[in-house]
Amino acid sequence: MVRLRELASMEDRLVSGHGLCLGCGIPVIMKVVLRATTDPIVIANATGCLEVCTSRFPWTSWRTTWMHSAFENAASTIAGVEAMYKALVRKGKIPKDKKIKFLAIGGDGGTYDIGFQALSGAAERGHDFVYICYDNNVYANTGGQRSAATPLGASATTSPAGSKIPGKMQKRKDLTQIMAAHGIPYVAQASPHRWMDLYNKAKKAFEVDGPAFLNVLTPCPLEWKYDESQGMRIANLAADTCVWPLYEVENGKYKINYFPKEKLPVIKWLEPQGRFRHLFKEENKWLIDEIQKSVDEDWERLQRLAKL
Amino acid sequence: MSKIVTLNGNMAIAEAIRQINPDVVAAYPITPSTSIVETVAQYVADGLIDSEFVCPESEHSAMSVCIGAAAAGGRVTTATASQGLALMWEMLYIAAGLRLPIVAAIVNRALSAPINIHGDHSDTMGARDSGWIQIYSENAQEAYDNFIQAFRIAEHPDVRTPVMVTFDGFIISHSLETMKIEDDEAVKKFVGEYSPVYPLLDTDNPITVGPIDFTDFYFEHKVNQLEGIENAPKVIEEVGKEFGKRFGREYGFFEEYRMDDAEVAILLMSSAAGTAKETVDELRAQGKKVGLIKLRVFRPFPARKLAETLSRLKAVAVLDRATSPGAEGAPLFVETRSALFDYPERPKIINYVYGLGGRDITPEHFHQVYRKLEKIASTGKVDQYYGYLNLRE
Amino acid sequence: MKKAKTLEELKNATWKELPIGTVNPDPANSLKNFTGTWRSGKKPIFKKDTCIHCLFCWVYCPDMAIIVKDGKVLGINYDYCKGCGICEVECPTKPKSIEMVKEEVTLS
Repeated sequence: MVRLRELASMEDRLVSGHGLCLGCGIPVIMKVVLRATTDPIVIANATGCLEVCTSRFPWTSWRTTWMHSAFENAASTIAGVEAMYKALVRKGKIPKDKKIKFLAIGGDGGTYDIGFQALSGAAERGHDFVYICYDNNVYANTGGQRSAATPLGASATTSPAGSKIPGKMQKRKDLTQIMAAHGIPYVAQASPHRWMDLYNKAKKAFEVDGPAFLNVLTPCPLEWKYDESQGMRIANLAADTCVWPLYEVENGKYKINYFPKEKLPVIKWLEPQGRFRHLFKEENKWLIDEIQKSVDEDWERLQRLAKL
Repeated sequence: MSKIVTLNGNMAIAEAIRQINPDVVAAYPITPSTSIVETVAQYVADGLIDSEFVCPESEHSAMSVCIGAAAAGGRVTTATASQGLALMWEMLYIAAGLRLPIVAAIVNRALSAPINIHGDHSDTMGARDSGWIQIYSENAQEAYDNFIQAFRIAEHPDVRTPVMVTFDGFIISHSLETMKIEDDEAVKKFVGEYSPVYPLLDTDNPITVGPIDFTDFYFEHKVNQLEGIENAPKVIEEVGKEFGKRFGREYGFFEEYRMDDAEVAILLMSSAAGTAKETVDELRAQGKKVGLIKLRVFRPFPARKLAETLSRLKAVAVLDRATSPGAEGAPLFVETRSALFDYPERPKIINYVYGLGGRDITPEHFHQVYRKLEKIASTGKVDQYYGYLNLRE
Repeated sequence: MKKAKTLEELKNATWKELPIGTVNPDPANSLKNFTGTWRSGKKPIFKKDTCIHCLFCWVYCPDMAIIVKDGKVLGINYDYCKGCGICEVECPTKPKSIEMVKEEVTLS
């Protein structure tokens, strides 16, 4: 079991001086994930918050090798890097014992939506890479537009809460399950607040031979509209309400990594976030019931899968 | 040993890929370039080459894989056509912006709508400002020769810019032709070892690639990028000459066919040149002073060289196999007319669009153009500067 | 042409001096970008007497602004701390070993 003092003694591969918002969840995730291997890492980063806030020329917050190409192609970009690594090892231009890890990173926009095809393709082709989606439920980099990860009832600028329509009327896409359906060696859902769980999952993801996918909930004070000191509390509430269950699918086998002692009602998760504020108006309260129903059904289904 | 073989354009490219044995080939099948991709896949399956072959789920990803692979630090190639090139669009600019020396074989095919699988230049003409070097080939031999030279051009330290080598869909890609394939070792030697610049896989020297630029750096980075293609002419010329020395077929920016004392000429690119040359021969036999210029390198556009050759003529017809909707003529015409602007002595110049969607162009159409040019040369008058060949009007 | 390598050289580079292909060859140079100037009105104060060195503040800090040596929290790096206050919220001791206090903002 890893201890924080060990992690703290390691060098940051994403360093201070980046331009991510105060209270942003992304660098917390990166701090843990990038310590889950001691091998060199080559990163392909999709366009998004992390990319723009860490690479503004002539500055860079990356100590490790890092590349950005476009929004929708982090998976195919890293697939190219990995393919070249395999070719050069085979041709004897890179020594066989030089291990390198290949990591693609994207937000939910770059992963669930525009980059989904590239991710699905790279997973099917079996490249040896890890894909991390920092899922903050919204296109945060461009000011809060809906994505396929935006939850039911949330207000986003392209699914705004209005007098007729109370926010986004569709459920989120369950990308973790979709990636599990690719039959790749490792898929997991994690949260920055459960740092050890996140670390263990990242470690497994780096260690497996073949594609691995991590979907990590990422609190976003700006777009979720909560006080910036509360990010980890909110992430915790997502796990305790089972809005964001922590689980993994290892070679097809589901395992739930966290069962809340007491499963909290979703209202506890909705309340502190401004993006759900409109749900508490009398005429919209039915939607809270819908959300609860949907969360319960998904949690039940996940438990059934874990028992298979 | 070089050998005389019968191959179509696609097989000629596949042969070049086999000889060069690039580190990564990433390509998605699309008519009419599919057989290049299939043949390379078979070479890998049969162990004839030890390239890493990646068959992504789209052309967008194919070019993205090429970009990742080239940035990683090795030799990369791909092939596509038409809609495939169009789907790569976004990534073409990024490949050029990141100065990645990817070489692509583009089998020219019309763009939708309506969908059509036959040859015209609308695909690569649409990519003319993507930052790639563009070399057009008349036949399978040239496609093969250009493709081999393309690696030397793209990878030259002063250039480091991607190159697309193009040839006409079906007319060249699928027609058998007697041509010369050079000796494997000679080709490998000509292309040489790849030397990476800022490879990602050199993890001991970490770099950040593809950053975000605000208003304070984007302009400088763009001009920095242009330096590569601006350095290309010298390298294209040197490589073309060296290829000639090594293999007996020398290449420049364009080929002049019976231009010595010509008074009127047609300027065009790619496969139609073969038919045009026949027509020139017929007219020359009748004592007419006609010639042909077949442009090989469209980007970088050899404006000065071309203008110097054209400026002494009385009339020139530029034949484009693409349109530029809303512009003052089709792409090759616009470039050529602009190149002539600074010359006090310059020919009358007209533009024909031909062959869209694979429509035939026959000697009769070239006769029609030369008749028109002769009339312009004798009267000094242009009644209409833009028209179509072999169109039901 | 000599290419710019360091942050200072890159900052003033002409187009000719920039490394080709948009490469930034100076890793982790944002350490010279002091985001502590972002703080507006509050800052964390570290109280070593009650600290149990659980390092929760270290792991949850989005700005890598908690100074840790040999497993012990030494304090806050105000050069980078943006003042979000996650460290105070996540501190498990009673009383808190990190406390957010008012900070006078001086515009330079």
